[in-house]
Amino acid sequence: MASSFTRLISGRNTAALLASLGAGTMAAGFLMSETGPLAADKKTKLYPPSSDFPDLRKHNNCMAAALTPAIYAKLRDKVTPNNWTLDQSIQTGVDNPGHPFIKTVGCVAGDEESYEVFAELFDPVIKDRHNGYDPRTMKHPTDLDSSKITNAVFDENYVLSSRVRTGRSIRGLSLPPACSRAERREVERVVVTALAGLKGDLAGRYYGLGDMTEKEQQQLIDDHFLFDKPVSPLLTCAFMARDWPDARGIWHNNEKTFLIWVNEEDHTRVISMEKGGNMKRVFERFCRGLKQVEHLIQERGWEFMWNERLGYILTCPSNLGTGLRAGVHVRLPKLSQDPRFSKILDNLRLQKRGTGGVDTAATGDTFDISNNDRLGKSEVELVQLLVDGVNHLIECEKKLEKGQDIKVPAPITQFRK
Amino acid sequence: MLSSSAGTIGIFVSTTGSSSPQIRQQGSTMPFGNTHNQMKMKFASEQEYPDLSKHNNHMAKILTPALYERLRSKQTPSGFTLDDVIQTGVDNPGHPFIMTVGCVAGDEETYEVFKELLDPVIEDRHGGYKPSDKHKTDLNPSNLKGGDDLDSNYVLSSRVRTGRSVRGFCLPPHCSRGERRAVETLSIEALASLSGDLKGKYYALKNMTEAEQQQLIDDHFLFDKPVSPLLLASGMGRDWPDARGIWHNDNKTFLVWVNEEDHLRVISMQKGGNMKEVFERFCTGLTKIETLFKERNHAFMWNEHLGYVLTCPSNLGTGLRAGVHVKLPNMSKHAKFEEVLKKLRLQKRGTGGVDTAAVGGVFDISNADRLGFSEVELVQMVVDGVKLLVEMEKKLEKGQSIDDLMPAQK
Repeated sequence: MASSFTRLISGRNTAALLASLGAGTMAAGFLMSETGPLAADKKTKLYPPSSDFPDLRKHNNCMAAALTPAIYAKLRDKVTPNNWTLDQSIQTGVDNPGHPFIKTVGCVAGDEESYEVFAELFDPVIKDRHNGYDPRTMKHPTDLDSSKITNAVFDENYVLSSRVRTGRSIRGLSLPPACSRAERREVERVVVTALAGLKGDLAGRYYGLGDMTEKEQQQLIDDHFLFDKPVSPLLTCAFMARDWPDARGIWHNNEKTFLIWVNEEDHTRVISMEKGGNMKRVFERFCRGLKQVEHLIQERGWEFMWNERLGYILTCPSNLGTGLRAGVHVRLPKLSQDPRFSKILDNLRLQKRGTGGVDTAATGDTFDISNNDRLGKSEVELVQLLVDGVNHLIECEKKLEKGQDIKVPAPITQFRK
Repeated sequence: MLSSSAGTIGIFVSTTGSSSPQIRQQGSTMPFGNTHNQMKMKFASEQEYPDLSKHNNHMAKILTPALYERLRSKQTPSGFTLDDVIQTGVDNPGHPFIMTVGCVAGDEETYEVFKELLDPVIEDRHGGYKPSDKHKTDLNPSNLKGGDDLDSNYVLSSRVRTGRSVRGFCLPPHCSRGERRAVETLSIEALASLSGDLKGKYYALKNMTEAEQQQLIDDHFLFDKPVSPLLLASGMGRDWPDARGIWHNDNKTFLVWVNEEDHLRVISMQKGGNMKEVFERFCTGLTKIETLFKERNHAFMWNEHLGYVLTCPSNLGTGLRAGVHVKLPNMSKHAKFEEVLKKLRLQKRGTGGVDTAAVGGVFDISNADRLGFSEVELVQMVVDGVKLLVEMEKKLEKGQSIDDLMPAQK
């Protein structure tokens, strides 16, 4: 029966024939055949890539700027080895035309291979987002030797806290937009097993989001450690909140200065932080902790996703390279009122955020100041850049306090474009 | 245990052993969420089984590890999988006012391929409707008795809605942009042919003017991008507002939503208590629309077991919700209010819709059933039931008892 229908069907006549069959059962019987190829072929013929190309006319994100009908047509029917598609990568950028404070990226990777299979989209996005960094021709340096950092203990009259964060992905497992429940649980298992091996000042404990007690939850909130189910549509449209809170959790050391988020926006987010201005110590602990975790997973045959073009591979292209955001909460009452503030930050390659994080505006005169860049410079370079920048901002603030004038510093050179 | 040699820092670390990008595999043509079904087969079923220990929805009540294991390797011809069906129920453990369904269909075939899950869900949700039961469709308004005289001192407005799906296209959780646009194009063409008091105009969500938008809001016609996590988690909000729109007749009494929660939602409404007129227009309009679609070689999804096939299993059968906004300040405070509603097979909602509570003693009263009763039967229940409720309200106003008015179970 199915094969005689097959010969009759072609292109748009399919729908006509099925409709004219009238009774639901016959048509359903045909459609139900699990000989997939016809269904797949029929769809491909009926819907060329041009019929699926998203309407991006009101959009302002890196994906919308880079995606053309030609690129879409080429990539639409490809899949990564994990069966992740272009449409899935760009869904978040289609659903979210723009953001009030930042130019968003608008696409995510479902796995390590996404960056290669969909390179024709991701490469220009990476270039756009990372100041012209060209993954086809450039190499990204990795340097986690914290001893190289200088002048990194800040004046605590100004700097209230210091923090460094990055992310790491476990090679061989899909990323949060794409992972199945089993994969996500596997990430949790691998990471939690490794963390249990940390000792000394890094010894700590894991709290699964689904089974923490009320008391534990309140403590984590008070410590500003607890992360919530994502509400930002940038994340939820990228399928990262599926199955919440399954296999999500927080690990931190007993001293509460080293913290790891499991299965939030990335497989892991690694955070070193403390009150006060000792960025040197924060970064030292960061590097030491990261290296130990890497060693512990390697002992069990796992490794982090990394390559020399893109550095550490993370879900969002904005976090490629180092994935590193080093920042301080710093009081700058006079400087923040100065009209040259933004230009100074720009030239120092720093960004400001509110103290609630990326989607907040600053309240009062305390700012979250951190490095802009992620890719093309090493961890040591970026932290030093932040350190030098914050020291400069404090100098400016002090000058303004004394009624002296300040100068806008020359822009820091980028890598050659 | 997965392992990769420490020296391999290559790009194509593929767990399936393949080292080059593949063309989309058969059956997985409409990508969304978890269509990498074959990949998941390498994990044992227990490793993939969702944690439903804190859940209270129909899907969570029915799904078992054994059932999950039997169904997880299947997919519909368009590539919709079990995990796609249940994702919304996994992500949304419960709802404060209603027992949610917790699963959706991505295409017509979902109800067949995953019947082992959906049949019991349907039975649970639709008052014991069995897999062997047949559903009757009756859109002949002359079969409705009365309904033209609900007291408009109490009944502020009357409304009937249903949904329709266009056969041959995937449903909102699963459709591609191309399919969704094709549904829109077809709908615009068909609706443009309506005439007489049904003549009207289409407003695409993405290019309406500010003035048009405000008018539609003032008329209470405009639907917004879904915010309910029940809908978003199933993928219905993708690509908003592409190919979504609202059509309504010039008289503003007949309205069609395109590509919101279903392909089409069809609404007939007007102020006051003339439910008969609302239902007449509803039936006439629907029948005309169905004819126009058929002329263009497209049928609505329908079969004699499930009636009209829609995205949410709760809307199968008639997909019909006939309701009124009615003032029941005294009745609603009566101890037997809930009992009376139950006997009449009616449900109450706030005047803001399913996710709201009532304000100022005004309730949205509508039929609780969708499947196993025809359209006429359901509207009859609403007409008769609301008449009775208004009578009871009047008695309570006068301080009289309503005991002798208590209805039998319908």
